[in-house]
Amino acid sequence: MSEEPSTEPADPFAGIADDVHRKRLIGQVFVAICLASTLVGIVALVALVADVLYESWGWVTWEFLSYPPSRFVENYLPGGRGAGIYPALIGSILLIVLTAVFTLFLGVGAAIYLEEYAADSWLTSFIEANIANLAGVPSIVYGLLGLALFVRAAGLGSSLLAGALTLTLLILPIVIVSAQEAIRAVPDSQRRAAYGVGATDWEVIRDIVLPASMPGIMTGTILALSRAIGETAPILMVGAATSMFVAPVRDGPLGLPVPDFLGPFAAMPMQIFDWARLPQADFQHVAAAGIVVLLAVLLGMNATAIYIRNRYERQ
Amino acid sequence: MSSVDLTRAGSGIDGTKNRLIRYVFFACAAVTVLTTAGIIVVLVEGAVAFFREVSIVEFFTTADWSPIIRPRSYGVLPLIWGTMLIVVGSAVIAIPVGTATAVYLAEYADRRVRKVVKPTLEVLAGIPTIVYGFFALSFITPLLQRFFPETGTFNAAAGAIVVGVMVIPMVSSLSEDAMSAVPDELRQAAYGLGATKYEVSTDVVIPASVSGITAAYILAISRAIGETMAVTLAAGMHPNVTFNPLEPIQTMTAYMVQVGISDVSVGSIGYQSLFAVGITLFAMTLSMNLLSLWVKSRFREEYQ
Repeated sequence: MSEEPSTEPADPFAGIADDVHRKRLIGQVFVAICLASTLVGIVALVALVADVLYESWGWVTWEFLSYPPSRFVENYLPGGRGAGIYPALIGSILLIVLTAVFTLFLGVGAAIYLEEYAADSWLTSFIEANIANLAGVPSIVYGLLGLALFVRAAGLGSSLLAGALTLTLLILPIVIVSAQEAIRAVPDSQRRAAYGVGATDWEVIRDIVLPASMPGIMTGTILALSRAIGETAPILMVGAATSMFVAPVRDGPLGLPVPDFLGPFAAMPMQIFDWARLPQADFQHVAAAGIVVLLAVLLGMNATAIYIRNRYERQ
Repeated sequence: MSSVDLTRAGSGIDGTKNRLIRYVFFACAAVTVLTTAGIIVVLVEGAVAFFREVSIVEFFTTADWSPIIRPRSYGVLPLIWGTMLIVVGSAVIAIPVGTATAVYLAEYADRRVRKVVKPTLEVLAGIPTIVYGFFALSFITPLLQRFFPETGTFNAAAGAIVVGVMVIPMVSSLSEDAMSAVPDELRQAAYGLGATKYEVSTDVVIPASVSGITAAYILAISRAIGETMAVTLAAGMHPNVTFNPLEPIQTMTAYMVQVGISDVSVGSIGYQSLFAVGITLFAMTLSMNLLSLWVKSRFREEYQ
């Protein structure tokens, strides 16, 4: 950009080189700030994972997975009498299975209604707006709903069933929206072809729409469930036990264990909360070990969702 | 298809069956409306019972909160103050960092970088909040104590920092979407006038996407108001009107947790206070969410 040196005293372009230089500097500082900000999030994520792994190092053992919790921190150490997360792990798994059953039914049903049946009326837009609003309600408020509705009014008590119903309402908006997207992605030509050969609404849904949208629905549901498994506040309000010493399982016919959906339960996030607020410093390690188990389950669920998506996306 | 009988649909047994199936699906969708109604009924009913005992003026104007321990007092302001400390502190972190991240991803990063960095940041949003609470206790608070030895085990600053980190992806992701939606013609026109990349970003792209960015900020603030486990673990359960972020505080949500884990009997004033605080929290987050929707629709820039 620089002009050839001029002997004339008043160079009309004298200021421009300076100006360009200054602008270039501002640009570079700005990119540096933006890049640094991007790194803040990534560094925080790395620090969080490193902190959890460091604190839990040596505390995640087979005993930790297979024993009930203990008030004595020595029991968690290798060579102790054995203590761990077992009842909460089983509680969380049963909670998620039950929640999955309810959300799949309600979420897919609602999505089918909105995409396949509902007319473009004020009622439909009201339902849609309501779903968008529900997604922004704090999870602890769902806990209050569960407490008043399922624990008290329906008389379910602080049971697995009450917890699962509460989590179902919490993640329902996310499941509905993702199922709607999956259903919308089914090409209309397929529906028309089916109607053309005389299929009823229900036959079109059962034989055309659902099979084609199932991978998308599963992916969205698993992602929503992996959010539910980490939720503490709603199950805390519903009355999940801080520490349970037996898994929520009772003896069924033939002496086989069956899940006790109406009994008290503990779940992993609640158990972690309990450990984390104990004053003894060593319980920080136990809490970290619990977090590693929770994150491992979460990672497994997310990996499954990504696997399903990638597998069916190619076809 | 099992049958091609064109007369089946809408008549006879099949017609009844189809209508029935339709009602079942409608009932599923109606559950979401009933959920909203349920939340409102439950909160209002509990809060009305509370305000029959306690004056609503005392609740919103006095600053001494102790509904479960004698001597009882019912001024909710310390809880609202605690919540505001967390909101302001987390916004101070998440808004500049999230916005700058969005600018980098939308304007500077090439596609491959964006494809890796955006989902990586979104992992932050998928981590359970209890884990953030643990991270605050075991990492951030000790770090703060190294610089400010008077920092308590529970303190507002650690809570605000983790909530800030937690909502960064919310700000950056939604803002990036808004910035990416700005058509390239606008950028090209600015370049044609001799603008630098910095000028295009700050004078063209950000103003053009300001409604989306503002909506993202408001949603992030709403999320910070409702955040529960991280602030309970990090910031404590001590209702406190203070300007010192190194002291423990209690947010509205942390108070609800405190009642949730204590043995407060049903029907007592402590139990009812849960709903009074709950409805206050719900009203605050709901108005934020509606405001965010309104900003987005009111100030939306339409591009072809």
